[in-house]
Amino acid sequence: MRLSGRVLPYVSVIAVVLLAVGLIWGFFFTPDDFRQGASVKIIYVHVPLAFLAINIYFMMFVTSLIWLIRRHHVSALAAKAAAPIGAVFTLAALISGALWGSTTWGTYWQWDPTLTSFLIMFIFYIGYSALWGAVDEPDKAADLTSILCLIGSVFAVLSRYAVNFWSQGIHQGASLSLDKEENVSDVFWLPLVTVMAGVFFLFLTLLLIRTRTEIRNRRITALQAREIS
Amino acid sequence: MMPELGRYAFSVLGSWGSSIGLVLMITLISIYRAKASKAALEALEKNRKGK
Repeated sequence: MRLSGRVLPYVSVIAVVLLAVGLIWGFFFTPDDFRQGASVKIIYVHVPLAFLAINIYFMMFVTSLIWLIRRHHVSALAAKAAAPIGAVFTLAALISGALWGSTTWGTYWQWDPTLTSFLIMFIFYIGYSALWGAVDEPDKAADLTSILCLIGSVFAVLSRYAVNFWSQGIHQGASLSLDKEENVSDVFWLPLVTVMAGVFFLFLTLLLIRTRTEIRNRRITALQAREIS
Repeated sequence: MMPELGRYAFSVLGSWGSSIGLVLMITLISIYRAKASKAALEALEKNRKGK
C-alpha cells in the first residue's frame, strides 16, 4: 500500500501528459488517410483501447493463475480491480470500432472472427465481475472467478491473433507490428504510440486506485466481522 | 483549428466522444469509490481506537 501510494501520483501525471499530447497531436495535427479520409482519426481511440482491453485480460489471466497456485490475496484483488477497467475499454473499442466500420465497411457489425471473439471477451468481463458480486465468501469467489478468467482467455487470445491468421474476416490486419513494413505510416504511428503509452499508464493508475480500494474494503469487512464477534 | 471531418464527422466525433466519456466515467467512479472506502476505513479505525 505504501509503495503504490508513492508511485500513484507519478503514474497518473505521466498518463495525463501522454494522453493530452497524443490525443491533441492525433486529432488536430495529423493528415487524412488517402483511402479512409478523416475517419482514420478513429485509430487514436480504437486501437489503444482494443490493445489494452486484450492485454488487461492477459494480466487477469496471470494474476488468476497466481491466485490459484500461490493463494496470494492481492493478485486475486488486482484481477477483480482490473475487470471493470477492461470491460469499459472493450466496450469503448466495440463502439468506436462499429462507428469506424460503418464508414470503411459500410456496416456497424459483422460476425467476423475478430469482432465476435472480442464481443465474447466483453461478455466474459461482465460475467467475471458479476460472479465476484454473486459469491459472498471471498476465497470461493476468487477461485470461481479465476477459473472463469482462464476459460475466457481463449477469446482474448483469439481477439489478439485473429487479425493475423484469420484472413476470411473483414477486420484488417494489425495496425502495429514489430515488422516496420507492416506498420501504419510514421505520421500516424508516432501519435498512436503516444496515446497507447498514455492509455497504458491510465490503466496502471486506475488499477492502483481500484486495487487499493479493494484492499481497504477487505480490511473494513474484517474489522466489522471482528466487532460483531 | 478544427480539422475538416466532412462526411466522417459523426463517426469520428461519436468514437472520440463515447471513448473519452466511458474512460472518464470509470476514472471518476474509481476515484469516488476510493475516497468513500478510505473515509469508511478511517472512521472505523477511529471508532476502534476510541473504544
